[in-house]
Amino acid sequence: MRRRIEYRDLHHSLTRMTGAEKHAPSATSTLDALYVLYDRVLDVAPERVDHPDRDRFVLSKGHGPMAYYAVLAARGFFPSDVLDGFGGFDSPLGHHPDRAHVPGVEVSSGSLGHGLPIAVGIALALRARNHERPNAQSNAAQSSFGRPNENTVAPRTPRVVVMLGDAELDEGSNHEAIAFAARAKLDSLTAIVIDNDSASLGWPGGIATRFEGEGWLARTVDGRDHAALERALVAPGGRPLAVIAKVEPKHG
Amino acid sequence: MDTMRDRFVTLTHAALDRDPKVALVLADISVPAFETARSRHPDRVINVGIREQLMLGVAGGLAIEGMRPIAHSYAPFLVERAYEQLKVSLGHQGVGAILASVGASYDWSAGGRTHHAPADVALLDALPGWHVHVPGHPDEVESPFSDALARRESVYLRLSTRQNASSRAIAPGRLHVVRRGRRGTVIAVGPMLDPTLAAIEGLDLTVLYATTARPFDAATLRETMPPAPTVLRSFASHDVALVEPMVEGTSSHVVSAALVDRPHRLLALGVPRVELRRYGTPEDHDRAYGLDARGLAERLTRFFR
Repeated sequence: MRRRIEYRDLHHSLTRMTGAEKHAPSATSTLDALYVLYDRVLDVAPERVDHPDRDRFVLSKGHGPMAYYAVLAARGFFPSDVLDGFGGFDSPLGHHPDRAHVPGVEVSSGSLGHGLPIAVGIALALRARNHERPNAQSNAAQSSFGRPNENTVAPRTPRVVVMLGDAELDEGSNHEAIAFAARAKLDSLTAIVIDNDSASLGWPGGIATRFEGEGWLARTVDGRDHAALERALVAPGGRPLAVIAKVEPKHG
Repeated sequence: MDTMRDRFVTLTHAALDRDPKVALVLADISVPAFETARSRHPDRVINVGIREQLMLGVAGGLAIEGMRPIAHSYAPFLVERAYEQLKVSLGHQGVGAILASVGASYDWSAGGRTHHAPADVALLDALPGWHVHVPGHPDEVESPFSDALARRESVYLRLSTRQNASSRAIAPGRLHVVRRGRRGTVIAVGPMLDPTLAAIEGLDLTVLYATTARPFDAATLRETMPPAPTVLRSFASHDVALVEPMVEGTSSHVVSAALVDRPHRLLALGVPRVELRRYGTPEDHDRAYGLDARGLAERLTRFFR
């Protein structure tokens, strides 16, 4: 039975993490997308953090991880009391998440532009593993977006979901990964871009265009609308999927 | 004769055939050499194009999922171009990869400074836990490669077109004792063995041959050091010279650490930190840097006089 997240509790959890983290807008901008992912989309659970068929989530914009920690605690990956030590010397919860410390954190992040390339590598590894399995299905048949189908006999290729920020897209490493992913037909890969209009030079033509031009399926949604986020994230794509989640401008 | 790169290609093909956890990540360098492997293992022979940051990010992702990635490119692009990826995508994730470079130091001397990378090992030295192999002959590629495949840590295999005339019976992780002498010790790294031996002809020196640069075999250095050459032994100095194909002093810190309790003098010879805007042949650069047999002989003779 999936442990549901009470959205209203997340705000209280955020207030438990205090100190001069300096990236409060990052935390609040990601909150709703993280809630939808962990409550409705990702096939992950605290009792199966090492299960080979779990979905993988990568918080590439490791700044402001308070929302991430709040959601992980709400899903039971660690006790909520741990939130109170945020940033302390003995706390597992740093100002950037560390996979060595926090159950459920797949990739340690902080400096920008690393998560998407790593996520591409994870998606390639999972595809290779599934093709090596006996009775492997074609990759197209395995692509099952959204909640796992418990009646499916053959293993599905787990989803790999990576969250970035619109300003993080300034880093050129992301564009190496964006250009490669569609050519490599990584249809298990989803990039969520939290767009709070914080890129210093902006994205003339829109962020979705950048992904579409490289062969991705791109959807732009209201990043505070849970139903819209869920629809955008679960509908099959057959290509790498970019979901641009627009939230209120950082300096608005 | 095969080159070190040829041996690497052959060994990597065999590893891909043998072990489904092995993956090769390329950034357009050496792609034709791996066409057969790519047709056999399309999921595990991955060319990302000229995208070195992605190459190492992908290697990190593969390693996180339990695979043993081999990333291969020209040395400046493999180590210098995407240095932060080595730190974050591998080290900080607690995973490792095998990095196999070609184009060591100034192998392509006429390519100019952009294609020279004598600082590769010094850069890796700033990151924890790396194993570094510097073979001096094609026959010395297989054992460190096999050793690297069996590990989970990050391993750097520094392949060069420069080589010694013959191979030695090396063991990964160990200094090979070429000969023993009484006046002092010379440590020659990889392809620098032959010019070093030519340079010290007639000198009564212990010669140690290093094909594994990291971790450094401190035990063999200490065991093979000749006794200090004075009556006042506790004040006497051991003389050690280091001859490396990398940036001058790259391995000085590990030699000093190995001898922390023994008074010693250390002469570190290698590629100086200069912006040499010249082309020509590798031998031209050897002469310019004093790394040919004649230049080495002058400095080593003066040091051990």
